[in-house]
Amino acid sequence: MNIDHSKPLEYSTETNDMNIVGFWVFIGAEIALFATLFGAYFILEGRTGGGPSAGHLFVISTLMIQTFVLLTSSFTIGLAVNAMRLGRKGATIGLFLITLILGLGFVGVEIYEFYEYVHEGLNLQTSAFSAALFTLLGTHGAHVSFGLFWGVAIIIQLVKRGFTPATANKTFIFSLYWHFLDVVWIFIFSFVYLKGMM
Amino acid sequence: MEFFEQFAVPNPTPTIYLSMVAIGLTLIAVLAGISYFKKWGYLWREWLTTVDHKRIGIMYLISALLMLFRGGVDALMMRAQTSRAGNELLSSAEYNEIFTTHGVVMIFFMAMAFITALMNFVVPLQIGARDVAYPRLNALSFWLYFMGAMLFNLSFVIGGSPSSGWTSYFPLAGNELSPHIGTNYYMIALQIAGLGTLITGINFIVTIFKMRAPGMKLMKMPLFTWTALITNLLITFAFPVLTVALAMGTMDRLFGTHFFTMDNGGMAMLWANFFWVWGHPEVYILVLPAFGIYSEVISTFSGRNLYGYTSMVVSIVVISTLAFLVWVHHFFTMGQGAFVNSIFSITTMAIAIPTGVKIFNWLFTMWRGKIRLTVPMLYSVGFIPIFTIGGVTGVMLGIASADYQYHNTMFLVAHFHLVIIPGVVFAMLAGMTYWWPKMFGFMLNEKIGKWAFWNIAIGTCLAFFPMFIAGLDGQARRMYTYSEEAGFGIWNLLSFFGGLGLAMGFILIVFNVYYSARYATRDIGDDPWDARTLEWATRTPVPEYNFAVQPVVDSREPYWDAKHEGKTLFKDKISDIHMPNNSGMPFIMCVFFFIFGFGLVFSLWSLVIVSSVGIAVCLFLRSFEQDDGRHIHAEDVQETERKMGGDDR
Ligand code: HEM
Ligand SMILES: [Cu+2]
Repeated sequence: MNIDHSKPLEYSTETNDMNIVGFWVFIGAEIALFATLFGAYFILEGRTGGGPSAGHLFVISTLMIQTFVLLTSSFTIGLAVNAMRLGRKGATIGLFLITLILGLGFVGVEIYEFYEYVHEGLNLQTSAFSAALFTLLGTHGAHVSFGLFWGVAIIIQLVKRGFTPATANKTFIFSLYWHFLDVVWIFIFSFVYLKGMM
Repeated sequence: MEFFEQFAVPNPTPTIYLSMVAIGLTLIAVLAGISYFKKWGYLWREWLTTVDHKRIGIMYLISALLMLFRGGVDALMMRAQTSRAGNELLSSAEYNEIFTTHGVVMIFFMAMAFITALMNFVVPLQIGARDVAYPRLNALSFWLYFMGAMLFNLSFVIGGSPSSGWTSYFPLAGNELSPHIGTNYYMIALQIAGLGTLITGINFIVTIFKMRAPGMKLMKMPLFTWTALITNLLITFAFPVLTVALAMGTMDRLFGTHFFTMDNGGMAMLWANFFWVWGHPEVYILVLPAFGIYSEVISTFSGRNLYGYTSMVVSIVVISTLAFLVWVHHFFTMGQGAFVNSIFSITTMAIAIPTGVKIFNWLFTMWRGKIRLTVPMLYSVGFIPIFTIGGVTGVMLGIASADYQYHNTMFLVAHFHLVIIPGVVFAMLAGMTYWWPKMFGFMLNEKIGKWAFWNIAIGTCLAFFPMFIAGLDGQARRMYTYSEEAGFGIWNLLSFFGGLGLAMGFILIVFNVYYSARYATRDIGDDPWDARTLEWATRTPVPEYNFAVQPVVDSREPYWDAKHEGKTLFKDKISDIHMPNNSGMPFIMCVFFFIFGFGLVFSLWSLVIVSSVGIAVCLFLRSFEQDDGRHIHAEDVQETERKMGGDDR
């Protein structure tokens, strides 16, 4: 394996470089996926079929907590990558862990929120609106949850193997994934919640 | 006993029982055969676990041919049923199932697999690479496709096939009007295979962007590689739309959501829109690689470089963008209003312009060339007129006001078959024949190949031209029968004969493979067609490392220039070659995917949970695995090269 020491560790081999490019292409596909889900949501938003509508359901408090938690976690994973570039293993792992804990918090609040919706009379089966809403939020939430497991796997590898081209590459790619989910959330925040509350 | 009742086929007929027996016997024969010849180890080591793009390509090829057979049998049954007025060979329910599975099998499991087969085999060789960017994911793609295809085909004997058309429009495909589980198979098998296709898309984009031989700038890539690049970009952006649509359809059917239903706010047209936002790009996903193959074949057998390379590239890029802007033309009649229809009518007709540019470029390439009418060239020459007719009738359909007359008649069926068959099937057969010697080390017999070509070309015309007339006379598509007075009889009878011609052509191709494998000479050199691009610069058949030394190029037709202008392609000395290790993980994971899919189809939640855990464990193990591949030593490479070519570089 050729390691190019002039580059950051996560870019230092050909495989690493390719993995990062490939992940960007994957994010392209994810954008198409979420764009379709948003499209479906916008089209079905008003079709509440007698069930509760967006204006009835959304509450500002859970929304703020979710947003704050997820945005902070995006910041901490950025710091983790920065610490990795400085070669500080302990800081990297610590920040990574904080990221995951915040992510867990986000998922927790989301589950609570869904529970509240069901109490308000909005099931998956209630209407076209409910199906589109739960699918959009659920797909995002499922991505975050998947990230939690994936993140744990990477942390274990960082602890066991330290910084190698492979672990650095995975950490960096995870950070791309996490930032992407954050961007999606900003769209959800603006075009689902704020729009719905107005 | 009740548990087993859900697996029964809803309207069993002797054909289905016979197939069950046939499938059972074949399965037993295959398993017994493998055990008898003690080939399990070989199969596992060399094929099921392989990550070599060439072998994966060959597995795709075999699967595509099998699916062509399955889809072809469906087609013959339909043509036989409609060959006479009031025929009672098939019931309406069976007929519905057959046209559904025919469309799905041909598009998803035959055509997609065929283009993926050729991309897999050829692209890395054409760009002078040792493999694709992610060999492991490539194997995963194949096995996802394979399991999806198997799951779908299983529907025939377990539980019953879907019957709401390959487009599966809601509300017809919803629980109310399709209460049987057949449509679940559609939703879930396509989801699994589609995931494989998406991974292929990403894999090839990175391969083409990052792994080209030194000196091969983007504008120096062979056209097949260009079309592969654009097709994979289309895949990456179009398939997620299908993923979402299928997921929603699945939820409607399994969990009672209201995406596409008629009540509680559901919107059936949303399915039609999503389906075609994916579906129209899909027809270009299929046809662009075909255009690439024609470009290679026509320039090789005209003995000239391709006319208008730059305009070829520009036109594929334009086609790929327009492909996303025309989907409404599939349902002009479903009430968007005149304004929307007009816009999509114009974008639709605009596609004919870049397509026309390509046709003229091929003609100019042949102009004054030294044409050799080999089998691949015959398919390419046959493609041009037939495809043009298909395309021109497409423009007719694209005139929104006129489409009210043509829509959902046999005229439409004639249009798309006359673009897809010359566009995709001819190209795949041309490509298969052209690259066959690189894959297997011998050539297919030209004489039998020509017989097959003429059967297929005449069969295509005979099968589909009459449908234009029947369609204009008012015969609707997807109707299992018609009355004597309607007067469609003669056209349908002609179509049936055309179908037989196509079948004859297919039989000849199979015979050709057998005949040539048995009798053809193995002494064909590395470049039997006198070709122009890099894939012919390696040994025949291609050794696992592809190129002993990485080629360096500085023109569009590096191999031609090496042969005729004395340029050297291979400058370095042979050194150790790094190769990826085989892995059983993709196969095992996809077995879980199969079980997962089967569980979902029948709502057997315990199976779903167990297989999900299996998939998760595979992912986890993969994450922790450390595998840096292996090396083939320089001496071994030299040894192989000496054996294969006589000279050592
Ligand atoms: C000049 C280019 C083309 C034009 C203007 C065109 C136009 C159209 C139009 C307007 C329809 C819908 C007609 C209706 O439903 O009434 C249609 C259907 C179709 N076209 Fe084309 N087309 C073109 C090329 C192609 C190509 C290259 C392919 C495939 C390789 C293709 C495959 C299909 C298929 C599969 C359908 C029917 C799908 C179905 O309803 O089952 N077309 N085309
Ligand atoms: Cu179309």
